[in-house]
Amino acid sequence: MSAALTQSRPLSRRSFLVAAGSTGAVISFGSIDALAATGSAGIHSFEPTAWVSIADDGVVTIMAPAAEMGQGVMTCLPAIIADEMDADWHKLKVLQSPSDGQTYGNPAQQGFLMTHGSLSVTGYWDKLRPIGAQARKVLCWNAAQMMKLPVAELTTEPGFVVHKGSKARLSYGEIARHAKLPDPLPEADKDDLKKTSEYRYLGKDVPRVDIPHKVNGSAVYGLDVILPGMLYASVLHPPVQGETAEKIDDAAAKAVKGIRQIVPLPIPLGPLGSAGGVAVIGETVEATKKAKALLQVTWSNKAAARSYDTKAVGQEYAKTAADWSQKGVDMTAFNLSHGDAAAAIAGAAKVVKADFLSEHVAHTCMEPLNATVRVDGDKIEIWAGEQSPSIMQFICAAVGKTSPANVTVHSTFMGGGFGRRDDGPEVAEALLLAKAMPGTPIKVVWSREDDIANDTFRPLVAQHFEIGLDQNNDIVGWRHRIVGASYAARALAEIFEKMGGQDIVTAGLGAELNYKLPAHTVDYVRAEGGISVGAWRGIAGGYAKFAQEQLIDEIAAIKGIDPIAFRLSLLQGQPRAQRVIETVVKMAGWGKKRANGRALGFAYSDALSGHHALAAECSVDRASGRIHVHEIWAATNPGFVLHPRNLEAQMESAIIMGLGAGLIEHVDITSGVVQQQNFDTYRVMRMSDVPPLHIEVISTDDHPTGAGEAGVPPVAPAIANAVAVLTGKRLRHLPMSPERVQAALKA
Amino acid sequence: MTTFTVNGRSVDVAAESDTPLLWVLRDDLKLTGTKFGCGIAQCGACTVHLDGVPVRSCQTTLEAAAGHEVTTIEGLSPNSSHPLQQAWIAEQVPQCGYCQSGQIMEAAAFLAKNPKPTRDDIVKAMDGHICRCGTYGRIVRAIERAAHAHGEAAANPELHKTSYTVGGRAEQ
Repeated sequence: MSAALTQSRPLSRRSFLVAAGSTGAVISFGSIDALAATGSAGIHSFEPTAWVSIADDGVVTIMAPAAEMGQGVMTCLPAIIADEMDADWHKLKVLQSPSDGQTYGNPAQQGFLMTHGSLSVTGYWDKLRPIGAQARKVLCWNAAQMMKLPVAELTTEPGFVVHKGSKARLSYGEIARHAKLPDPLPEADKDDLKKTSEYRYLGKDVPRVDIPHKVNGSAVYGLDVILPGMLYASVLHPPVQGETAEKIDDAAAKAVKGIRQIVPLPIPLGPLGSAGGVAVIGETVEATKKAKALLQVTWSNKAAARSYDTKAVGQEYAKTAADWSQKGVDMTAFNLSHGDAAAAIAGAAKVVKADFLSEHVAHTCMEPLNATVRVDGDKIEIWAGEQSPSIMQFICAAVGKTSPANVTVHSTFMGGGFGRRDDGPEVAEALLLAKAMPGTPIKVVWSREDDIANDTFRPLVAQHFEIGLDQNNDIVGWRHRIVGASYAARALAEIFEKMGGQDIVTAGLGAELNYKLPAHTVDYVRAEGGISVGAWRGIAGGYAKFAQEQLIDEIAAIKGIDPIAFRLSLLQGQPRAQRVIETVVKMAGWGKKRANGRALGFAYSDALSGHHALAAECSVDRASGRIHVHEIWAATNPGFVLHPRNLEAQMESAIIMGLGAGLIEHVDITSGVVQQQNFDTYRVMRMSDVPPLHIEVISTDDHPTGAGEAGVPPVAPAIANAVAVLTGKRLRHLPMSPERVQAALKA
Repeated sequence: MTTFTVNGRSVDVAAESDTPLLWVLRDDLKLTGTKFGCGIAQCGACTVHLDGVPVRSCQTTLEAAAGHEVTTIEGLSPNSSHPLQQAWIAEQVPQCGYCQSGQIMEAAAFLAKNPKPTRDDIVKAMDGHICRCGTYGRIVRAIERAAHAHGEAAANPELHKTSYTVGGRAEQ
């Protein structure tokens, strides 16, 4: 494996940044061993030099810039580069990129290392293709020199540069052995990029690179990080978010074998969500857990959340939503609002009004929050499975009073993200403890109870709609108000300010409405109760679509036309939207008579980009109020599909979460105390709960859009629409629990 | 000191006897393939074999393991060669992957006892395991695939009829 190239060109400083800035490609040649770190899958601690590195044995190492949380980005983003450069997939190694946002950041995330909002593929698509093409050009340039042939006569096959005429070939490994970097590096332009028909890996079902590690216990998650001298910490969080410890009696806790220190962590309820309390540092997880249980703490009694009761809050928000005298913020950004809906509705022949309520839901990633941090002077190192290393760098810089450049994030795999692993309270806690013991790595482990009680829940949201119809029952104006706590005010404060109080998560992305309407306005009223809210898979789509897609069915009924025909008529000039609808119509047999007691409900969604449609066949047990979802058909078109099988998996995954949020999941809070504690009281979908799912993936030559969340929004409304067919009743409250169904049946 | 066998190797552990086996495996023995998900035997992520029987290691004390044989995901096979691990890869089961060690260990014990399961048998056996990513459909397919690989050479058409169909895709 060693070669003259490696010896004469030490890797760590041999990077060559393309000054033109069009691609930011950095390519180097050298030994893979120099890049590999600990050998454990998923952990890396080295200095970056390249997006692409080619060893003299031909192994191509490609950086994966986005956070892998099961959605497949560790495979499909490197595949973009691998395809354009004609790397041999069987000689491919993928490494998680270091936390260098400047080199590896996502253009769709202001150039930061952030993975959320279903923006990875869509953001990196135009950045990574030229990088791969440029690598190919550099390989061909070198091969031309080595073979003494004109570059124009050369082409590539996986792992080889080939002379078109003589078929003489050089492997990438052979080239790497003697390669130089041309000065200046060749630019890759549009003509250098492959056509869709030329792709070898993109659009095909390549095996996911992380899966072999996930079937034998070798994948390293944040919780699995083991460092020399590492200590563990458990945190006794306040019983109600926002309280602080006033009196701490830690004598019994200190006496537990293996305990080193008890450390108060007065972290105010703020940007991180709920964090801090009293921490126990010890030699084992169990010791810290035992000691935590023995802490006697008197908590303050001043938190706003003390008067937070989800039932009362829901009623209050519903009142606000229906009261136009209470001013809201017009969601003019994100193409949500256009025209003067209020004026149109004022002149309407008929006005349809409806109110919806959706409860908090919790993330409950399978891996409870945890982080390992070591502080050395002003240098901070984090080992954790986080969605956004850039956010963790900002948090640590603020909490640790240093600069983000001094913060290194070692990204491990994570047991679920779903929007939760962006907040970083566990990282802040570990940092403060690590500062108390410089040089010692401290691993903070949250229990499942911590994880649920201190979650940043999907906001509890009340929605009010007023839709004006003319004398033909055609829509003239559509007003949508969303009332709930603000994610952006907590997590994106500067942006929230700049946008005048528009919340991109609580009332933004997910609340799009693709239908052709003369006037459509969405406004947001912020309502806070002292409970932190977060981004939950599908964000506003989960509750906005529940309402929008039911109302579309209801207006179709008023018009006396088939709900599918109605949707298609509102999507004139949108063939992609119409196609997913027509696909599901065919798949599900829309229009055919269903078995006795069953009905089909339908929903279309454009939430978070792309086009998605779903039909659910349901029945209702009137005695118990239980909804039985028998079967689901869904079609999705997120533009060009990089990895079809993976997209199917994402749809299944998101649909199952949509079923959970639609039917069973909810968080009850009484006087600020979260009532659900673990999986026995917070119920999520189990294997036996899942109906047969049929997914059709439609790939078109359009810019790829996100797919990680798209399956969530259409689930609940499709079910509600089926229930309406069966019972004539409308369900306005998520989750659609048996009690609520019974109440609707009685009404 | 407590002595027991892990993946065929005898170990002596100094932890307190009431320590959950889960943390003994992870912290004392550095076998981190077995995962912590809930601590109350509700999610299945911590599943290991105790004398071949699947148990929730979060609710199994070190004392209960004394003198017994424990098998973790790391010891299920050399080089991921167990038919279930091969099936898991072939069906591309895992997403985040965190629950999968427990799922595979449960399935391995289940198939060893019930080599020709019906789909209902599978769901009943696996229902104690939560997968937040929703890989349930592929878990079922992978178990059926492994069962078939172990079973008769002739394909059993029933086993191949899956309710979790994935539709075709339109090529451009």
